Amino acid sequence: MIGLRTLSALPNLIGVLIITFLITRALPGDPAAFFAGAAGSQEAVEQIRAKLGLDKSLVEQFAYYVRDLARGDLGTALSTGRPVLDEILGRLPASLELTLSALMLATAIAIPLGVLAATRPGSWIDHMCRALTTAGVSLPTFFTGLLLAYIFYYRLGWAPAPIGRLDPYATPPATVTGFYLIDAALAGDLDVFIASARQLILPALTMALFVLAPLARMTRAAMLGVLSADFVRTARAYGLSRFTVLYRYAFRNALLPVVTTLGMVFSFLLGSNVLVEKVFAWPGIGSFAIESLMASDYAPIQGFVLTMGALYVLLNLAIDILYRIVDPRVEVSG
Amino acid sequence: MKSRLMSRFTFRLFAAMCFGSLVPTAVPAASPKDVLIVANETGPNSLDIHGVGANRPSYGVAWLVYDRLITHGRKKLPDGTLSYDYSKIEPELAESWVVAKDGLSVTFKLRKNATFHDGTPVTAKDVKWSYDRALAMGGFPQFQMKAGSLEKPEQFEVVDEHTFRVSFPRRDKMSLPDMAVPVASIYNSTLAMKNATPDDPWAANWLKNNAAGGGAYKVESWKPGQEIVYARFDNWKSGPMPKVRRVIQREVPSAGNRRALLERGDIDMTYEMPPKDFQELSKAGGKLHVASVPVENAVWYVGMNVTKPPFDNVKVRQAVAYAIPYEQLMAGAFYGRAVKLWGGSGLRPGQPVWPTPHSYKTDLAQAKKLMQQAGHADGFETTLSYDLGQGTISEPVAILLQESLAKIGIKLVINKVPGANWRAAMLKKDMPLIVNRFGGWLNYPEYFFYWTYHGQNAVFNTMAYQNPELDRLVDAARFEADRKKYENQVRDFIEVAHKDVPRVPIAQPVMDVAMQKNVSGYTYWFHLQPDYRQIVKQ
Repeated sequence: MIGLRTLSALPNLIGVLIITFLITRALPGDPAAFFAGAAGSQEAVEQIRAKLGLDKSLVEQFAYYVRDLARGDLGTALSTGRPVLDEILGRLPASLELTLSALMLATAIAIPLGVLAATRPGSWIDHMCRALTTAGVSLPTFFTGLLLAYIFYYRLGWAPAPIGRLDPYATPPATVTGFYLIDAALAGDLDVFIASARQLILPALTMALFVLAPLARMTRAAMLGVLSADFVRTARAYGLSRFTVLYRYAFRNALLPVVTTLGMVFSFLLGSNVLVEKVFAWPGIGSFAIESLMASDYAPIQGFVLTMGALYVLLNLAIDILYRIVDPRVEVSG
Repeated sequence: MKSRLMSRFTFRLFAAMCFGSLVPTAVPAASPKDVLIVANETGPNSLDIHGVGANRPSYGVAWLVYDRLITHGRKKLPDGTLSYDYSKIEPELAESWVVAKDGLSVTFKLRKNATFHDGTPVTAKDVKWSYDRALAMGGFPQFQMKAGSLEKPEQFEVVDEHTFRVSFPRRDKMSLPDMAVPVASIYNSTLAMKNATPDDPWAANWLKNNAAGGGAYKVESWKPGQEIVYARFDNWKSGPMPKVRRVIQREVPSAGNRRALLERGDIDMTYEMPPKDFQELSKAGGKLHVASVPVENAVWYVGMNVTKPPFDNVKVRQAVAYAIPYEQLMAGAFYGRAVKLWGGSGLRPGQPVWPTPHSYKTDLAQAKKLMQQAGHADGFETTLSYDLGQGTISEPVAILLQESLAKIGIKLVINKVPGANWRAAMLKKDMPLIVNRFGGWLNYPEYFFYWTYHGQNAVFNTMAYQNPELDRLVDAARFEADRKKYENQVRDFIEVAHKDVPRVPIAQPVMDVAMQKNVSGYTYWFHLQPDYRQIVKQ
């Protein structure tokens, strides 16, 4: 069933493939002119165009691209000079580590906040929830990031320097998963674990603040809806404890829209990564994609969009499976 | 074993959380004296300066990891900052050299004890291979070699193991300096050839990611887009042993954060910040030191496309030159971190130097008069373009220009061109009016003019300017042996350029580098990349 579901995502990916190929070609920039460098005479530009294979027809270029892709070759990033696949595999864990930490942080804050706000509508906690989420969603992430860095690093000195995943003196743990926290734990290296956890705090908080709003608001709304439902009234009438009513009956039933929001939020986060990574010098795929876009470097842009496409497909699959766990009545099928 | 390790880890983590060591502390680690931490906007994208698309920071890699045959001496500027000395050529890999009497060849004697990082001795064969490679790779390295009349592999000759001769097709004063630019780096040909393939005879793919040099620093690790770490090569023979043993160069894209890192003492050095930051950091009594040196042979300018009306009319161009709000630009866009190039004594320079001030100044009455004479009393509308990649300075310049030119009836629509498109746009030469910056590596006026004003119409002649008289003067100055004649030719072509004014020079940019007070020895080099070999950290 899951296999079938995955197969059905293939046309999507093929669509993504064709569209990104066409869009990158339609961008107004000229990579040959860009990479001809300081001494870019017209001949030099043509020479480089031929070297990059950009003098061939679009159809030919696409055929080569698909052929290479079938071999697992995503091409070479001109801006860093390395294979795109290596770049993406090397940087994806950094982005995912950040995004997942942010998501966990956001969930850990937003869901209790939403539940509390729903059980006490109109109270101070409800107002605080509203204020916090409005602020979080209305400030652009790069601004929140700069603000947090200014306050907690520059002014107070509590947070470590916004200089990437580890401070310059520390040595990264041996790569197993590429997630520094997990790799450090596997290596039993507590110092690196703490060092990388500290580096994560500010960027993860920045991103978490941005998605608090949809999560907390959705939890609150769903909980309010469920709490006024008949079965909750019945449960209360039976004299079940407040905790049981709230968590076993109400929360579980409110979870479905929350999980949907979680999926949406995760994709937001992947997108907003780009700016947060820039601010915190985080070596993830977002900042890589931006740099490639600046240079009209086709191969990494295509690789990036394709990776994102694949991630979204996986994400949707995961959400569907979660639905089934939350609510067994939901059928997962192609 | 693994599980015991894990449980110990969990225990210590738990303990750490209990005792609050996860809560960050304010004490920055004291940085060792022989380790330098630098943060910059972008890092190298290649370890091979000859490769396609190697960016500016990769010139810095070539400079540190590879040696040249010769280099330049250093001099102290009036404010105490150190700069390379263009007029002084000093030994690097070559311990001595002799220029032939007719000036048509030079013979280098290489250091006998010099080795590459892997221990292979450096021989004349490596030098020839490297020069041949610079020509064979095409594009920028070939171009740069040709700028010094280094045009054909036959010019490079291995005399014996430690003797290397270069012959020149003509006497060219740029030949020797051209062998001291990063492109003329000496590669370990034995190591490179081991990694060459029939498809890739010059090992371009391998050298992109691996260094094969013998310079003062080795690449300890390189993560493109993140950081490059250099370690000193302790067997370096081509100069005094550097004091800094290890250099960590991180990429921190946000200029604001780089400033914060520097102010809090987490990094030792940074550059590429907006001029406003440097202005604030350099204020007297600050905790930091800012070294500023005017960038040689570089100019911020307003360029006008002379092939199309209305800028085909010299009166209109002069009107623009009189309507530019120079003082405002210096204060509001450059924050004083530049050298003024207006308000000089005349259009003909006293000294044969470039950049040199012209005598235009903000004079709206004069500008209006010229517009009237040109038949544009009612003004016109046009587009002003600039490179978004240089937006920190170009954007305020564009806005101030828009405001000022409106006063003489020229209505400007501002067109921001993204960095990737800028070069293509320059190549097309169809932008009527631009704000831009250009700098030439070799510090000769005629070199600058050859690229920017000469009728050969290089990409940097953004105005598509053609003037046979100026071309003749620039060509003559290039190979003029007589000092006096040369100086007059330079004065002549600068005068022509200022009278015809296809581009209006505004200011000469300044290279600012901010560092901790305990860092000294920073030296300005024409390639603008940091040279850690001379840095000392107290």
